Amino acid sequence: MTIASSFIRLCRQIVGDANVIADPALLRVYECDALAAYTQLPDLVVLPDSVEQIPAVLRLCHVHQIPVVARGAGTGLSGGALPVPGGIVLGLAKLNRILGVDPINRTATVQPGVRNLAISEAARPHGLYYPPDPSSQIACSIGGNIAENAGGVHCLKYGLTVHNVLQIKLATITGELLTLGGSGLDGAGYDLLALAIGSEGLLGVVVEATLRLLPTPPRVQVLLAAFATIEQAGAAVADIIGAGLIPAGLELMDNAAIRATEAFVHAGYPVEAAAILLCELDGQPEQVDADLARAEALLRAAGASEIRVAADAAQRQRFWAGRKAAFPAVGRIASDYYCMDGTIPRRHLAAVLAEIATLAERYGLSVVNVFHAGDGNLHPLILYDAGRPGDFDKAEALGGDILELCVRVGGTITGEHGVGHEKLPQMCVQFQAAELEQFHALKQAFDPDGLLNPGKAVPTLHRCAELGKMHVHGGRLPHPELERF
Amino acid sequence: MTNADMSDVVVEQIRQAGAARRPLRIVGGNSKTFYGGADTADTVLSLAEHRGIIAYEPSELVITARAGTPLADINETLTEHRQMLGFEPPAFGTRATLGGTLACGFSGPRRPFAGSARDFMLGCRIVNGRAETLNFGGRVIKNVAGFDVSRLMVGALGTLGVLLEASLRVLPMPEAELTLAQSLAEDQALAAMNRLQGQSLPLSALSHHDGRLRVRLSGAETAVAAAAARIGGEILGDGPEYWHALREQALAFFAETGDLWRLSVSPAALLSALPGRQLLDWGGALRWLKTDAPAEAVHAAARAVGGHAVLWRGADKTAWLSAEPALAGLQSRLCAAFDPYGLFNPGRMPF
Ligand SMILES: Cc1cc2nc3c(=O)[nH]c(=O)nc-3n(C[C@H](O)[C@H](O)[C@@H](O)COP(=O)(O)OP(=O)(O)OC[C@H]3O[C@@H](n4cnc5c(N)ncnc54)[C@H](O)[C@@H]3O)c2cc1C
Ligand SMILES: Cc1cc2nc3c(=O)[nH]c(=O)nc-3n(C[C@H](O)[C@H](O)[C@H](O)COP(=O)(O)OP(=O)(O)OC[C@H]3O[C@@H](n4cnc5c(N)ncnc54)[C@H](O)[C@@H]3O)c2cc1C
Repeated sequence: MTIASSFIRLCRQIVGDANVIADPALLRVYECDALAAYTQLPDLVVLPDSVEQIPAVLRLCHVHQIPVVARGAGTGLSGGALPVPGGIVLGLAKLNRILGVDPINRTATVQPGVRNLAISEAARPHGLYYPPDPSSQIACSIGGNIAENAGGVHCLKYGLTVHNVLQIKLATITGELLTLGGSGLDGAGYDLLALAIGSEGLLGVVVEATLRLLPTPPRVQVLLAAFATIEQAGAAVADIIGAGLIPAGLELMDNAAIRATEAFVHAGYPVEAAAILLCELDGQPEQVDADLARAEALLRAAGASEIRVAADAAQRQRFWAGRKAAFPAVGRIASDYYCMDGTIPRRHLAAVLAEIATLAERYGLSVVNVFHAGDGNLHPLILYDAGRPGDFDKAEALGGDILELCVRVGGTITGEHGVGHEKLPQMCVQFQAAELEQFHALKQAFDPDGLLNPGKAVPTLHRCAELGKMHVHGGRLPHPELERF
Repeated sequence: MTNADMSDVVVEQIRQAGAARRPLRIVGGNSKTFYGGADTADTVLSLAEHRGIIAYEPSELVITARAGTPLADINETLTEHRQMLGFEPPAFGTRATLGGTLACGFSGPRRPFAGSARDFMLGCRIVNGRAETLNFGGRVIKNVAGFDVSRLMVGALGTLGVLLEASLRVLPMPEAELTLAQSLAEDQALAAMNRLQGQSLPLSALSHHDGRLRVRLSGAETAVAAAAARIGGEILGDGPEYWHALREQALAFFAETGDLWRLSVSPAALLSALPGRQLLDWGGALRWLKTDAPAEAVHAAARAVGGHAVLWRGADKTAWLSAEPALAGLQSRLCAAFDPYGLFNPGRMPF
């Protein structure tokens, strides 16, 4: 189906000619997000340049029953912003104004297209910053962060996006503007703010957000600990948390990751180590000193073969350089890689990493591990060669197996990247039919016609049955009286 | 501590209530009935016998317990491992249950510095109005699979579903804690609180009433001592008792007669237009207001600074919460999506 020219004309009236893209060559830019394995050419891209245009575009789509996929910076890693056939992509990148920083109440109010890092930059003169820091923070938008409930290195201590947003304005598919949350620390009635965060563009479009800012910690310190076995490193993570220490960041790199990044950035990592842990502590100087002494003792007791404490800011940056450059470093040793995202209970770290290695061997692929160990959020990078027929299919299948392993040990199929298009099959593993149906019913309360990002995040039971992941009795689903989208 | 899994009994009661279209009043420990709209159902669904800690792994910082588990049992177990519920929930008596605590979503003085009840919610098992048992979220800190139904349950007063069990993140107890006090007028205290919150200090509570600003510090012994020297003020010997009394609303302020309002506003907001007396908690972001102003004036004053007001204890139950009209429609559709026959706590939410 292609979109009628009369509809395109109406879009142009709302946002102006220059902000509507219908030329197939230009549409190509929007055919995927950062998960480039899945592509779909959109029929039309609409780029509002004022907030008021958003409800108007949504209302128009509602009247004409045209599906809408919101798009921030397109850095998503689960195909969340993948266009849907016959639909439009609503690009929010032009709405990139910081509306205000309130240093007394410690908040920033921003438009959805503002880049994550730009918020902390605007807050810095006031000694404040915005804590959630996805690795993509120089590029990703706050609207996309809210839609994905993004996390980052520091969320073990400072929380995910959901813990740091006070209020959003959400445009519904019928063009209503809802204010969820408030200027205080909680709202009244149902917590629709928490529900909207992480809803992957299925419930409404975020058009404005008010975020909590924190004082910049005066002191930051980083420890690098090397281990001779992955088991020791995994146990050290559990020991640190169990002892009551909550570092600002606790990241693990396995031997393959250490070697790949060392060859790339020459951070001085111990390349013989089976694993290294990077442990960051921040806060008031006296607190950091106390935590540092405890962390060092705990790491030593856990059997670290070497512990380095960054002597100055330059060395601290060098410790982090490898971790931060891990993705491009892996890009140099493999023509393609597929980044997975699952969370497990921390105590299973070593066993799960061993099982991933066994699975990888079975598929004949290599896996590099560099991830947020403190919150059990794994990011196995599966190396493959897109030029070799069948290689991506193998990578995709291995990725699926890894996610199902996460569920088996009591974890989840996504810690921060979202379900998007990518993880629909695994949703059928993590959730039962009645739970998926409850999600659909919830979605209907916001979007009865299913026009917002349809087909993403929550699979239909038909789809689960097709994938062989869920048994549907005699072709009958629970509650056949309910409409499905 | 007793242990019993009453899930089957609860599900069967809900199934029968659904078949008969007979609404239920969900009851935990009977400590918070004063809050919310007037519940019109007369059949009681008790969760009080459905209790027990199901899983607790200190190194994971996660506890899972049945909804009827007394808060006291949970606190006792956590204390043994020097851990705690970071949101310091008020119990309002000894019978408070985990389910009632989460359904109300109240958080104590530590909230601005550690997070709220919903912030600590990781996952839950619920029964919806179709008598289906459903699991949402999980037992890990990071999880973004599906809509965040578990956090939606916090503060929903049981109107979306009956909580059977919940998994909460917990926090290590601080090594040291210290309370400072200073005599300050309200507007000066408000400014001081916000100044303190703009700096990197180990704050864990900030309140003001009766002309006294109180500051709680938590962290390493050395860090607390250094911060105390920087902030100054008198060290209170009975700090822990004070914060306990504030959390449980056992201070004299709460005992006075008249309507008591709870206002959630930006921490530096000035609400001088309203008559009455207020107690500031949460570093200024939570105001307890004793006033005889009409409900509409209080709601309007809170709205004017971008916040919300609820009537905490008062005569007119219909005025307890004012929902925005646009939101009211959405909230009632959402309620119907979970509880299509209107079984759970009718009247408790204003839609
Ligand atoms: C056997 C029995 C006898 C009673 N006798 C009396 C009496 O004599 N006098 C009287 O005034 N009241 C009586 N009640 C009423 C009852 O105790 C209160 O109505 C109840 O609201 C209080 O429990 P809480 O302290 O755990 O939190 P609650 O105050 O129980 O609950 C607070 C809120 O949370 C909801 N909630 C609680 N648990 C859950 C859950 N697991 N899932 C979802 N929502 C939940 C509640 O519906 C309510 O909205 C009786 C109840 C029972 C079961
Ligand atoms: C190198 C790299 C590193 C990364 N590291 C991290 C990390 O550490 N942590 C992490 O959490 N993620 C990470 N990501 C993933 C990605 O950056 C995040 O998911 C980010 O939040 C997406 O933001 P975006 O603006 O690019 O959104 P997009 O990719 O444009 O969209 C993502 C989803 O959000 C929806 N959406 C976008 N804007 C809105 C809006 N205004 N209203 C409603 N829905 C909207 C879209 O429909 C889509 O479903 C990384 C990605 C890359 C490429």
